[in-house]
Amino acid sequence: MMLTAETVARIKEAATRYPQRKSAILPALTIAYRQIGHLSGEVYDEIADALKIPAGEVAEAASFYTMFPKKPVGKYLIQVCHNISCALLGAESLISYLEEKLGVQVGEVTPDNLFTIVRVECLGSCATAPMMQINHDYYENLTRQRVDSIIEELTAKAKAGGPS
Amino acid sequence: MSFYSPVRTNAQEVAASDVLHLLRHVEDPAQVKIDTYESHGGYQAWRKVLASMTPEQVTAEVKNSGLRGRGGAGFPAGMKWGFIPKDPTKPRYLVCNADESEPGTCKDRVLLERDPHAVIEGMAIASYAIGCHLMFIYIRGEFGYSADVMQKAMAEVYQKGHLGSNVHGSGYDLEMIVHTGGGAYICGEETALLNSLEGRRGQARIKPPFPAISGLYGCPTIINNVETLASVPHVINRGSEWYKSLGTEKSTGTKIFSLSGHVRQPGNYELVLGHSLKDLIYSPQYGGGILGDKKLKGVIPGGSSTPFLTPDKIDVALDYESLAEAGSMLGSGAVIVFHEETCIVWVIANLIRFYRHESCGKCTPCRDGTGWLEHIIYRIERGGGRPGDIEKIESICENILGRTVCPLGDAAVMPIMSAIKLWRDEWQYHVEHGKCLVETKFELAEGN
Repeated sequence: MMLTAETVARIKEAATRYPQRKSAILPALTIAYRQIGHLSGEVYDEIADALKIPAGEVAEAASFYTMFPKKPVGKYLIQVCHNISCALLGAESLISYLEEKLGVQVGEVTPDNLFTIVRVECLGSCATAPMMQINHDYYENLTRQRVDSIIEELTAKAKAGGPS
Repeated sequence: MSFYSPVRTNAQEVAASDVLHLLRHVEDPAQVKIDTYESHGGYQAWRKVLASMTPEQVTAEVKNSGLRGRGGAGFPAGMKWGFIPKDPTKPRYLVCNADESEPGTCKDRVLLERDPHAVIEGMAIASYAIGCHLMFIYIRGEFGYSADVMQKAMAEVYQKGHLGSNVHGSGYDLEMIVHTGGGAYICGEETALLNSLEGRRGQARIKPPFPAISGLYGCPTIINNVETLASVPHVINRGSEWYKSLGTEKSTGTKIFSLSGHVRQPGNYELVLGHSLKDLIYSPQYGGGILGDKKLKGVIPGGSSTPFLTPDKIDVALDYESLAEAGSMLGSGAVIVFHEETCIVWVIANLIRFYRHESCGKCTPCRDGTGWLEHIIYRIERGGGRPGDIEKIESICENILGRTVCPLGDAAVMPIMSAIKLWRDEWQYHVEHGKCLVETKFELAEGN
């Protein structure tokens, strides 16, 4: 089992709120993603069981949405917006800087399993560009020094065994 | 680390104004609390509606105010509500569209994060007007913080008895669900949003039937943007005649403009509709002029899917009609500014990559066309342009335009067609010389 009993209970609870159970697919994917950090076929099957709907319907919906990684990623998923407002203020340079700093390309996981960098589409932070989202949190108005201190802080936090 | 957006706003100016109202309290962190919201007259409009107005009167009031949809299309909100059939055999639903994803647009986020009760109050009033007893807010999945703020606000609202059964003894029942998406721009399109809310892939539906007739679960449904709904309590409190007196004849009220790109002071600025675009960019209280004192090259006035304006066209009023006359659109009010050191092919390459990624795949012209456009435009951008490429791009654009179920196809090609029309010589230079006419290199800034 990938999902904990608590996660399954939360998914079942979500389903009771909607007029139709199928509406709980996206909330269920979000709940599962927050527990595991990525989604997979096994997770779809378990969600389908919890929601009592065909597994194919979960997989069909899940494969459409890009927010959930479909393979394991680092403890910290760095999602860099590369759209126009961020790009005008150096988003491509930000991506190169992160790649250089962490020694990995976009899509790869650092050897210590801490970081993955991905490119994402507009995150609604256009007037505070450039920006990145790390797991669920936004980091805005970025500069080289701010990126340095964020990465340093997260690395220290992971080494201290703190929560993500 | 910032969960709460550090975005600049003109909240102070709004607070001192008798006219501006949407951003009045957004610099006050306590505004998310219901007690603070109520201390500024919050939920008075909701009480007034329940105690003294019929649903028809509410719809008529909003119709008379001239309030138009702030998500991009600009459709009159009250008229939309009026499309709900009077036949009460099926449940009716209201959905607040908080899937803000159009590049350049970050105005709804500030309302969701900093004034959630204004959104909920607007949703409640709209629900009452259309006879809905279960309302949804669909928040894009990446806005986890907004969703948390909204959940907390909703819990407070239930506690105060503004939602639930027999609200304030009116006999009217109203429940609310906060729903989050999974990362898909297309879900901002109302029929794709409904599919997504039903647990399906977020692909657009063919209209008609329009959602007001057959929407969520096949039932009559109204979908309104966050900012539209947040405007509704003000219309009810101060009256439609007051609201109508703001702005221009056909573009009434105020609107939040998200200013981004090469300006000194990007931010969210609430302006009366009809305000000058030039003033928004250059005024010291808003944009403060172009970054590094460079020369302005172009402006996208209404989000990444609207045609460009050149510097000679920016002396234009920010309202639906004036921007249409200038050859563009007000759209979502996202003003993206770029200066002289920006290659237009680079800009378009960036935009088409977004639309290719976000095309839902339902309609062939959009699914395949955006892919071909991305391929050719990137080839030009990387120095591999060939004779005939520009004409090929134009031909693909013309074959997408108007040939798709939803407006994403049009949104993808309108800026491309506009960019070729306005800067054709630059495109030609790029194809012939294999490089940019203006070298584009935007570095990440130093400093804290």
